[in-house]
Amino acid sequence: MIRIWAVIERDLRRFRRSPALITMSLLMPLVQLVFLGYAFGGQIKNLKLGLVDQDHSLSSVRLRAMCQAVAANARTFKTYTYDDLGAAMQDLRDGRLNGVLNIPPNFSRKLHEGTSPTVALMEDNTDQFSSSALGGALQQLLNAFGAKVPAPRLATQATLSVVEIYPYVPYIQYLLPGTIVLAIFISAMIGGGIIFIDDKARGLHEGYLVTPISKLELILGFNLSGVMKAVLSGMVLVTIGSLIAGIPDPFSLFRIARLFLMVLATALALISMMFLIVVRVNDPLLPRAIFGMLNTVLFFPSGAVYPISAFPAWMRAMTTINPFTYAVHGFKELLLKNTSLLAVAPDLLFLVGFSVVALSIATLLFKRTL
Amino acid sequence: MSDVQVRDLTKRFGEFCAVDHLNFSVAHGEVFGLLGPNGAGKSTLLRMLTTIVPPTEGTALVNGHDVVREPNAVRKGIGVIPQALTSDLDLSADENMRIYAQLYGIPPSRSRRTAEELLTAVDLIQWRDKPLKMYSGGMRRRLEIARGLVHEPKIFFLDEPTTGLDPVSRTAVWEMLAKLKRERDLTIIVTTHYMDEADKLCDRIAIVDHGKLVALDSPIRLKASIPGRNVIEASFSSIPEGWEATLRALPEVAELKAVPPVFRLSSNNGPATITALMEATRAAGVSVASLSVQSTTLDDVFMHYTGHQLRDALQAPAPRQVMMRRMSN
Repeated sequence: MIRIWAVIERDLRRFRRSPALITMSLLMPLVQLVFLGYAFGGQIKNLKLGLVDQDHSLSSVRLRAMCQAVAANARTFKTYTYDDLGAAMQDLRDGRLNGVLNIPPNFSRKLHEGTSPTVALMEDNTDQFSSSALGGALQQLLNAFGAKVPAPRLATQATLSVVEIYPYVPYIQYLLPGTIVLAIFISAMIGGGIIFIDDKARGLHEGYLVTPISKLELILGFNLSGVMKAVLSGMVLVTIGSLIAGIPDPFSLFRIARLFLMVLATALALISMMFLIVVRVNDPLLPRAIFGMLNTVLFFPSGAVYPISAFPAWMRAMTTINPFTYAVHGFKELLLKNTSLLAVAPDLLFLVGFSVVALSIATLLFKRTL
Repeated sequence: MSDVQVRDLTKRFGEFCAVDHLNFSVAHGEVFGLLGPNGAGKSTLLRMLTTIVPPTEGTALVNGHDVVREPNAVRKGIGVIPQALTSDLDLSADENMRIYAQLYGIPPSRSRRTAEELLTAVDLIQWRDKPLKMYSGGMRRRLEIARGLVHEPKIFFLDEPTTGLDPVSRTAVWEMLAKLKRERDLTIIVTTHYMDEADKLCDRIAIVDHGKLVALDSPIRLKASIPGRNVIEASFSSIPEGWEATLRALPEVAELKAVPPVFRLSSNNGPATITALMEATRAAGVSVASLSVQSTTLDDVFMHYTGHQLRDALQAPAPRQVMMRRMSN
């Protein structure tokens, strides 16, 4: 026990004396949270919509007026009126417009006859986010345009009524669970992986190996100190991240305690995974080369930035053994829904089980000689 | 019984044989020097004796314990200073000492006194709470020496403790080692490639080359064992007729160079040549104005046994050595 503590103490004391390292490992996830959160989370506004009215009827004027109303209020798009469809299409192709709404010559006639009146939206679909926002806005507008006035008292068609059971979750909040896991991962990478290999390369491990410390004591010492550092950085991110993202009631004691357990399990899983990866590595340049890839392979397919259900089958298969997936899911439950521990018990169990397996394999691979 | 007994000890890295069937033993209280060019296998030998590299063949007993079968018993009784600095630069001398004592299972309450004595012995007690990164190279080495003794071992292994130090620090390191050896009744096994150091400080020297033991004896006997090549430089009060021929005819003279008034003789047997020289001067009625004799150095011994002074050779790099080179760049 005294030996394990010696390894831990040495590591923690050194860590404490490199404030630059601590700051950077906390700063990077926070920067990502803020910038990704605001870059992806906002509503799309000020798209450019070209309007071509070939009908010049009362109905088409009404439709144009409704478009201008959207432009003035919701500001999803701004309208630019064209006389000539060809000129509008040229501007669309040249990227000056996001879409062109064409009202064909016989629009009002078909409208009155009731023979499927159509307006056409030509859109620049290279930017899917913008084009679907534009399409959505115009669809809504046309629904309103075609609605019978006054509306019948009893709807004749089946309608869907959506009930949202949680308060609105802005994208930055959706991103927070992933960011916390990322912070723990970075801490595991620096404080677990890179330091381990650097120390080995510098010959510091040789200093350990000549003492009577046992293999297990060494492994426990390395990993426990890594877990402590990762838990610290995870809890800092839980606190600061909740404040930045505006999670309601972030300082409730029970909530913090539940989050702490989740942070602990995540740190344990990621540190032991990292230890398994580096246990036989000797070249200090290698981790710097693989960690970028590791980050991509673990973080992005975990559901941290986009729902897992949208992934192709092979990627969904990867997520089932990725500890990130379970950690992100656990934090989502706790942060966004404030659930009890019972809801995240499967996640906790997986993470602890993963740690046990990873550490056992690493222990088998660890050599107590040079 | 000897403190260290090595029998047929061998280490191969793939095809490359770093240590080739070594046999020797080290008595208690000895300062035992391992001499050899870079890549001769000294560090590998030391790592086998300190249990961190398993031998391919042969046995080694340290303190009576087998390095393979009872590594922990060996580790408890030895202090080791590897070539690379293994102390933490961010920690103070005190913290380094305490944490190392803990690695040996010694609680701080027990290690405090020893640490204090050792830091005093290596003259670092006044800097004990300063981080090591503020220390000079020599101070760091001295701290490592103190740290290596914090669990009061009987045998002390040092891998090139003075490499990279300036002459003053080198002397200081050796003086402290000698003092600690006296005070603590240590057996010291040290590798070095400084011949002068080995000559002055080691009781016995093993010369290792290509992983093989090529010579093993005390420095004096080693020097006596090779055909003498003394250089005698003499000048005389006057130079009689035919003096050069007289000198050339002296016994065992191999070569004569005259830069009057100084004559330089290479001799295969210094004492014989000098005795004859004195008789010749007396017979000629000449007095000796100056006389110097340079004797064999360990460099000569080394050259004699290894056949070269410095050698460039490829060695199969143990993975760690590659890294250390990269880290130090």
